[in-house]
Amino acid sequence: MSYGIVSVAYVVASVLFILSLGGLSNQETARKGNFYGVAGILIAVGVTVASFGTSGIVSIVLAILVGSGIGLTLANKVEMTQMPQLVALLHSFVGLAAVLVGFSGYIEPLVHTSGAEHTIKLVEVYLGIFIGAVTFTGSLIACGKLDGRIPSKALTLPGRHYMNLAALLVTLILGFMFVATESTAGGLVALILMTAIASVLGIHLIMAIGGADMPVVVSMLNSYSGWAAAAIGFMLGNDLLIVTGALVGSSGAILSYIMCRAMNRSFISVILGGFGQTTSSSSVDLGDQTIQETSIDELAEELLSSDSVIIVPGYGMAVAQAQNAVGDITKFLRDKGVTVRFGIHPVAGRLPGHMNVLLAEAHVPYDIVLEMDEINEDFPTTDVVLVIGANDTVNPAAAEDPSSPIAGMPVLEVWKARQVVILKRGMATGYSGVENPLFFKENARMLFGDAKETVDKLLGVLRS
Amino acid sequence: MITIGIPKEIYPDERRVAATPASVQKLIKLGYEVLVQSSAGEPAHYDDEAYVNAGAAIAVDAHFLWGQADFILKVRAPMVNSHLDRHEVELMKEGASLACYIWPAQCPELLEQLAAKRATVFAIDSLPRISRAQKMDALSAMANIAGYRAVIEAANHFGRFFTGQVTAAGKVPPAKVMIIGAGVAGLAAVGTANSMGAIVRAFDTRLEVKEQVESMGAEFLELDFGDEDGSGGGGYAKQMSDEFIKAEMALFAEQAKEVDIIITTALIPGRPAPKLITAEMVESMKPGSVIVDLASERGGNCELTEPGRVAIHHDVSIVGYTDLPSRMAKVSSDLYASNLTHLLTDLTPEKDGQPKVDMEDTVIRGLTVVQDGSITWPPPKVEVSVAAPKPSTEEPLPAGKAAKGEPSLLKKWAGKGALLAVTVLALLGIGAYAPVSFLSHFTVFVLACFIGWQVIWNVTASLHTPLMSVTNAISGIIVIGALLHLAKAEGAGVGVMAFVAVLIATINIAGGFRVTHRMLKMFRR
Repeated sequence: MSYGIVSVAYVVASVLFILSLGGLSNQETARKGNFYGVAGILIAVGVTVASFGTSGIVSIVLAILVGSGIGLTLANKVEMTQMPQLVALLHSFVGLAAVLVGFSGYIEPLVHTSGAEHTIKLVEVYLGIFIGAVTFTGSLIACGKLDGRIPSKALTLPGRHYMNLAALLVTLILGFMFVATESTAGGLVALILMTAIASVLGIHLIMAIGGADMPVVVSMLNSYSGWAAAAIGFMLGNDLLIVTGALVGSSGAILSYIMCRAMNRSFISVILGGFGQTTSSSSVDLGDQTIQETSIDELAEELLSSDSVIIVPGYGMAVAQAQNAVGDITKFLRDKGVTVRFGIHPVAGRLPGHMNVLLAEAHVPYDIVLEMDEINEDFPTTDVVLVIGANDTVNPAAAEDPSSPIAGMPVLEVWKARQVVILKRGMATGYSGVENPLFFKENARMLFGDAKETVDKLLGVLRS
Repeated sequence: MITIGIPKEIYPDERRVAATPASVQKLIKLGYEVLVQSSAGEPAHYDDEAYVNAGAAIAVDAHFLWGQADFILKVRAPMVNSHLDRHEVELMKEGASLACYIWPAQCPELLEQLAAKRATVFAIDSLPRISRAQKMDALSAMANIAGYRAVIEAANHFGRFFTGQVTAAGKVPPAKVMIIGAGVAGLAAVGTANSMGAIVRAFDTRLEVKEQVESMGAEFLELDFGDEDGSGGGGYAKQMSDEFIKAEMALFAEQAKEVDIIITTALIPGRPAPKLITAEMVESMKPGSVIVDLASERGGNCELTEPGRVAIHHDVSIVGYTDLPSRMAKVSSDLYASNLTHLLTDLTPEKDGQPKVDMEDTVIRGLTVVQDGSITWPPPKVEVSVAAPKPSTEEPLPAGKAAKGEPSLLKKWAGKGALLAVTVLALLGIGAYAPVSFLSHFTVFVLACFIGWQVIWNVTASLHTPLMSVTNAISGIIVIGALLHLAKAEGAGVGVMAFVAVLIATINIAGGFRVTHRMLKMFRR
């Protein structure tokens, strides 16, 4: 197949990818967007494979078949609550692929270059492998943390910033050596050393980030995987890879930015990590304040007699897998004429948009699931707010206590409602480790227990 | 020691009293002495003995009481005591304090008079309507009572049930009630009429109250009139345009023919009550219908209202009582006394019997119309509303931010400048030294970044997870690079690496798209 046709096909694929991301701007066009993406990939892969003729066709087909098989199985099996882990795992694959392609590209260059072009290509190889390696190990750690296999607490080694800095310096020095050396063997040694350092760096970076910052981390890794693809694109001189990598990279960057803004923190402070460790000392002394408990029966009565209810879900709902029961309660109350809406904090859960996906799974209509900015004004006119497994995102200290570590973070102002009922396992703090004065407010009632059990029982009482 | 004085109200038919035995106890706990004029509480069914038991002293007459008290709590504004032939202000101690209804806008002379006495005056009617001040809001407390009583008065003059009934003797239709003005009084009337079984409709120029009306169980009558909203700040209504009033009057004329009872509560601050029910409308009503005009004290919403009494015109009773809260003297005294107690609690944070007037406090600032002999009315405006109109709440914010953030703004600009300089230098460097082949790729790269930037900002927050999984799948495009290497692999090492790369990139692609599809399938309206 001629070079021209391949190029044109790549342009088409690029356009399809842009359309695919554009399609996600709202729910009606989102599915179409996904199909555009599939079409783009199919065209790109198809044309690429066709352009080789028959060389290596067996191994190619085998790799693709096995890969698709595994991918589809994984995707079909995964629970919606495990989505964050899966996304993180998939990021690591892109990182690993980038590393492997980078090495291949160094050992057997497909584009022969000389002079300045050669230097630039070497830099591209180096960058691609570096980003790929960081993405690979970082994503694996993120996946482990999200899955609970690795403790989600931030690991703060003494002098960790210096260690990271040293790693970067060594990487830079190795980079100069790599570009300067003439022999492939010497270059390989530098590359392998660098890959090892980058892998450790990726592990260390993500280990240092606390659980509450996971949405930022996942979107950041998303961005990295894009940049890695772009760097490989430069190496191969392939515009399709560059365009796609850049799209993905900027998408992840914007998501990270949105998440950071939602927590009122700078991107740098999230990346440097260690949040949630130093804060316990500054927690407000809540002294002899008491909490008030409520019962399921009371709550059921309260819900039935109110006109408007807002449910604020958090990661706790995902952990307890309570979304279906919550969905049933929503349907029941709506049938009874109660206005039920959901208020979603941008960083609720462990992934951007995590709560929306779970609620969608539970058949909650998406037009009653509102963002923080859309719903915050409505709390004062709401009868009952039901907080299910959310903590930091409803902490009034962020708005009221300037000395709080989360001061200034935009939060859902649930305490302005007539009554707030908080479903919670115990009095533990949220991921940020900050005490929550909400629980002690006069209009707040606690309902202790596992979110799913509580919500199931609540549904039973409501129906009876 | 500060003595609080509770005089007997001298306004005709005023049955309320500014302190009850319960509130007297609270005042004493705040460190005050309380002096109650003999028989002050009798119309509200509180006798002198009850006050004495609560700890108050009894003053035999008004003269004595006004002369002794340092802080007077009463209901109605001071007026001429015809019995003693002297104005109450004249009886007052030099430099004393006073809390009661004043209506400073309507009676500037009274303010002058009080200022001349070097008095400090808290006009309970000038309370800023913010949530913190609600516990002192006597206007709302009284309006609530008036709204309830208005329905009771209407029922009293109306010869039928409110609720519809089917009895063995035949069917009785339900009464239809229209309530104009859905303030506190209007809403209370809506609730009362509704609970008695009537069909209730309510009208208000302020669209923000629609939900409240509906929550009380009434139908909200709406004019098909664009976006004109009658919210005038502070939860009050404002004067409407002529066309609006015309449309409104047409609505009332039409409703008048149909409803049995009209309760009007329309007031605009600082103006006579708007005339909403004309003589013709009254004549078009069914015989036996009732109008209760809660605005009668300020001239009435109905043309035929006679303040203070029931007028009968064309077989329609028009109730123009001006003393509805006073007709329920017990509950209104209880609530009013409690409002004043809250005020005094705020005035004496130390509980030492020494009132402090903190003019920094918005609530106290609004209430204080005369301080130590100087008139401090009107206070600076406080903007509050249940559903404040959007632009007015949003506008001041950026302005405030800009003013506050000026030094950091400079810093930000400096930072931006530096970033710009670095970018320009980097671009120049690339342009000067990089080979052409790289530059073309670089152009593509930068443009793609910008496209990504533009496209992603449009993605709704609820689709962020699908966005991530789809970008993830797309970034599996790296498979192309792996494919190229696999096809052209010479050595075994590269072959294996490329094979693995293709395999995992494909996992990514297939898994990413599949999972996105699963998620998107679940989103539904």
